[in-house]
Amino acid sequence: MNIATAATTSGPRMGARKPLVSLRSISKVFSNGTVALKDLSLDVGQGEFLSLLGPSGCGKSTALRIIAGLGEATSGTVEWPSASFDASGKPEREIGFVFQEPTLMPWATVFANVWLPLRLAHVSRAAARARVMDALAMVGLDKFADAYPRELSGGMKMRVSIARALITRPKLLLMDEPFAALDEITRFKLNDDLLNLWEKFGWTVVFVTHSVFESVYLSERVVVMAARPGRVFCELPIDTPYPRTEAFRTSTPYNELCRRTSDALHGAMDAAAVAP
Amino acid sequence: MTDTQDSVEELPPPALAASRADRIAQIVVPVVMLALVILVWHLYVTLNHVPHYVLPGPLLVAKALYNDWPILFRALRVTLEITLSALALALLGGVAIAIVMAQSRLAELALYPYAVILQVTPIIPVAPLIIIYAPTTYAALLIIAFLVAFFPVLSNTMQGLKSTDHNLLNLFELYGASPLQTLLHLKIPNALPYFLVGLRIAGGLALIAAVVAEFVAGSAGANSGLAFRLLESQFRLNIPRLYAALLLLSATGVIIFFVTSLISYLLLRRWPESAVRRES
Ligand SMILES: Nc1ncnc2c1ncn2[C@@H]1O[C@H](COP(=O)(O)OP(=O)(O)OP(=O)(O)O)[C@@H](O)[C@H]1O
Ligand SMILES: [Mg+2]
Repeated sequence: MNIATAATTSGPRMGARKPLVSLRSISKVFSNGTVALKDLSLDVGQGEFLSLLGPSGCGKSTALRIIAGLGEATSGTVEWPSASFDASGKPEREIGFVFQEPTLMPWATVFANVWLPLRLAHVSRAAARARVMDALAMVGLDKFADAYPRELSGGMKMRVSIARALITRPKLLLMDEPFAALDEITRFKLNDDLLNLWEKFGWTVVFVTHSVFESVYLSERVVVMAARPGRVFCELPIDTPYPRTEAFRTSTPYNELCRRTSDALHGAMDAAAVAP
Repeated sequence: MTDTQDSVEELPPPALAASRADRIAQIVVPVVMLALVILVWHLYVTLNHVPHYVLPGPLLVAKALYNDWPILFRALRVTLEITLSALALALLGGVAIAIVMAQSRLAELALYPYAVILQVTPIIPVAPLIIIYAPTTYAALLIIAFLVAFFPVLSNTMQGLKSTDHNLLNLFELYGASPLQTLLHLKIPNALPYFLVGLRIAGGLALIAAVVAEFVAGSAGANSGLAFRLLESQFRLNIPRLYAALLLLSATGVIIFFVTSLISYLLLRRWPESAVRRES
């Protein structure tokens, strides 16, 4: 790869970039009294690949759901500076969400599951066919269009879920530990696929994970969260230019970045332990 | 759904063989058992010289069934008509009200208590009232059978509509699905196995209710069903006919059970096993 293209494909740093979505002092208290998030502020830049890293229960899923408009924040605001809004005041169909579980309709084929977002937008089966098959091809499942979810492995179900999130060509892709349940080989492959797609289509990705290695490999910026109450503990820029490949995974800078991120994560966990 | 042929599940040969043996056993074992029961019945009656007005032998019952067929068949048709109409009304009403209650919290709050009251109140004490208010005995029987079959359909369908996966609901919300779209593409398919459980229960209950209601109403004449023929045979000490009527009634119940089970089997073949199992 030559340096010039690498430099152009890696986007400008956050400071120079317009935010796509901004969380301002978000707090979320569940009805049972659990403080899932407290005073969380976060800017997600346009075209950025951002990871939310944190221990289990620190409110990563909650933050992601609030960005998606699923579940109101108890206080604070979510701002979409440049989005167009539909009648109900939501940024319309610009978000793709990959849930922590595959969340497929068990009675529908893989095709019908991926077609769903378009179907809800009144695109007929025939009109959607080419796009659905494209999306399935992207995740390597075009041969399984007529299978039912129960006939697929866990990793394949997750890929169907990703294909479904990609079908609307969203501006913002929210992914909640999408690869957590997968074996390492599949996971690495899907990491690379995701990065390729991201570079090709220029989406903004918010990627939730509890894997230090995954967050460093994928993202331009890692936001480390601490628990009880959920909050941003610190941010680490990952400056290595894209495209990132297998060579990056075994390089010394990568290991150094992982070590620093891991230290930050431990710091966050210690901070949670001493928090009241 | 045009091209699902390639994904037909294939059972490996041993499983196929085992399932074939099992299928043969499923037919052979009950038939042999039935023959044995009839034989024991026959032997018991003939060897002990049991009088036929106490316990008629199987031959006598068969003869009564043959000779009284015109009367019994007419009665069976009436009972069957009431049962099936009541079941159809219960399915329509149960599903419609379940959908209304699942879609509107207000409707649920307003209607659910009455559905429960309807369910927990024993129908026999209410039957005389219904018989007084209904224009004809036939209508009264229909109403009673309907009331009994209605609740299982309603409550099961409701449970199915409301047990929809939370993440899937979120997904539909995310893509701006209208309430109607969510109902059609998510809640109704999700409720199908639950509805079918309701159907199976309601099918059995409709027949029982049709018979019990007729016991209470005691209708007479050309429009009388099997229950009336049962009572009549009892008064006349025509025990063979009583047994014949009873036999018809059981056969009807068994057929209803099989038909409803077949319907659920056919509709649920494509469902994940867990969901199919959960319903039992
Ligand atoms: N619906 C809910 N009702 C009450 N409490 C909730 C609810 N959802 C989440 N919580 C609580 O909020 C906190 C944050 O949950 P969240 O699911 O966001 O964590 P997470 O960081 O995604 O964890 P994980 O990595 O295990 O998925 C947890 O303490 C959890 O118990
Ligand atoms: Mg989570």
